[in-house]
Amino acid sequence: MSIDFWINVGVLAGIYGIFTLGLQLNAGFTGLLNFGQAGFMAIGAYTVGILVVDRGWSLWLALPAGIVLAVLAGLFVGIASLRLRSDHFAIATIAFAEIVRYTLQNAAFSGGNQGVLGFDAEWRAVSDWMLPWLAVIGLGSYTQLPLFIVVWLVFIALLLMLRALQATPWGRVLRGIREDEDATAALGKDVFAYKLQSLALAAALAAVAGFFVALNVTYLYPTVFDPTFTFFGYALLVLGGFASYGGVALGSVLFWILLEGTRLIETSLSAGQQASLRFVIVGLFLLLISRLRPQGLLGNVNEMKVRP
Amino acid sequence: MITTAQTERAQAKASALSSPLSALPRPALLLAVLVVLLCALAVAFGPVPALQATINGFVAGSYTGLGAIGLTLVLGVLKLVNFAHGDLLVTGAYFTILFAWLGLPLPLAMLAAMIATAALALLTEKIIWQPLRQAKAGSLQLFLSAIGLGLVLRFSVQFFAGSQVRTLGANVVSSIAIGPLRLGTLQALALVVGLTAMIIVGLALRFTSIGKEMRAFADNRALAEVSGIDTQHIINVTWIAAGFLAALSGILYATAIGSFNPNFGITLLLSLFAATVLGGVGNPYGALVGGLVIGLSQEWSTLLFNARWKPAVGFALLILMLMFMPQGIFGRAKRRS
Repeated sequence: MSIDFWINVGVLAGIYGIFTLGLQLNAGFTGLLNFGQAGFMAIGAYTVGILVVDRGWSLWLALPAGIVLAVLAGLFVGIASLRLRSDHFAIATIAFAEIVRYTLQNAAFSGGNQGVLGFDAEWRAVSDWMLPWLAVIGLGSYTQLPLFIVVWLVFIALLLMLRALQATPWGRVLRGIREDEDATAALGKDVFAYKLQSLALAAALAAVAGFFVALNVTYLYPTVFDPTFTFFGYALLVLGGFASYGGVALGSVLFWILLEGTRLIETSLSAGQQASLRFVIVGLFLLLISRLRPQGLLGNVNEMKVRP
Repeated sequence: MITTAQTERAQAKASALSSPLSALPRPALLLAVLVVLLCALAVAFGPVPALQATINGFVAGSYTGLGAIGLTLVLGVLKLVNFAHGDLLVTGAYFTILFAWLGLPLPLAMLAAMIATAALALLTEKIIWQPLRQAKAGSLQLFLSAIGLGLVLRFSVQFFAGSQVRTLGANVVSSIAIGPLRLGTLQALALVVGLTAMIIVGLALRFTSIGKEMRAFADNRALAEVSGIDTQHIINVTWIAAGFLAALSGILYATAIGSFNPNFGITLLLSLFAATVLGGVGNPYGALVGGLVIGLSQEWSTLLFNARWKPAVGFALLILMLMFMPQGIFGRAKRRS
């Protein structure tokens, strides 16, 4: 298929890379099983959409507002449920994501299943400004290329930032919490506060990913932020590698090439069947990788400790 | 052998010393709260709507409770949070459609679907859970495997049956009137079958040796193993029971609601979790009662809010229980985790 198709795959890989950086920070480096990342992504994206369309905000002001609201949601979820056992925390976060999806589908402010439309004019202006420059090097005909470039620049910047954070004392405390919470607490660290910060930062990353999803699909509706997409994030996380930010980049690219590549296989299946098949593939993928190489391609098996 | 009943008695005795209100056993206290709520609703909205909502609540409660038993047993016996459990309900409902399409009469198709789902659950034990246990998989691996299995089940169903709304093919319009109350024939059937199944399951857990062993295992695995219970046998039976009851629950849901699509399992899963947590993790009686409480709360809430917020009541109860009473209404105040 065309180059446009692969540019789109790249956009998805970049967006889900940003999304999964947050999961890596939580699950890989803090030992927190955050299963509600799609909920934070939805909050970020819908805040942007609603502020621009209903309140006439500038897109560039709405983005930080979306991040702030997602962080507040992260703090709220964290304060409510971080003291729970890890399996109860996982259930509570998945319930949070379901509540978000359910609210967006049924409440008036989110447009229900009709969704939110028409918030991306300012982005299209930027995109149209970039295209002539790309035309200079002969790439002016690929309309999604500006989004691809911006998404990947942001992804790489965030990846480097998180790597740097991981090398600070703060990052070492997170790993300490993952390895042994009680020992870390005994050293005088406020374990709860660190977990809360980890979750809030992951929520912020999800909001950034949500912003780009909004620009990519140009139309917000609840199924785009289905709680299931959190597990797409986990699938590419375990593919790339546990406790490795570089692994997220590798995992995301491989995952989306594999998943979108299945569209290229000529079949006699209906569109609905092909869509179902893609989810079955993701499911099988999660089963196989958990069994065969739980630490992932770039992961270190010694970092694989999530407290029961 | 330590039974749940014994621990409950001991715990009731202990709590009787601490506060005069808890001198009542917990189930009686819960019943009293529910009756008071029902009376309040009858006064506020009239007796007929309140009773109607209560009957609907028992229907919802029976499929929620029966679905939650498998979830809580698997959680108690295998220490596995089975995120795929909701999709076993879906599988049960769609197996029924399949067998009916193959020519079996509906009741036989339902029975065949329950057996097939039980076999499927046992198969997942053999090809997924047993190897993972032997490899000493961590909790993230187990969670992701459960989620992966859920995706495979749900979307395999969707692959073959499509995502459109379906029915089990029974007559959905006929209804029975009991005085001023109206109940769909199918709902009445679901209610009778659901309540009967709940009683049978309760008796089986209480009086059969396998039921006792399963409860002992879920209650305290180390102690049960020491007393000579065959671990793998109990695990196999747990999966068979979980699959069978999940299919029954899914079929009851499909019968009572009338129309459904392959996503109903994931929506129902949180209500099942809520019932599980409410009843105390690993306590099958608790799950039955928890299911009834969830079903009643959801149906009663329709008197107060628009019915489309019904699932949100399940979510809210789940979150509140996790936050304030993670040990459940019948659980011990302190539980080793």
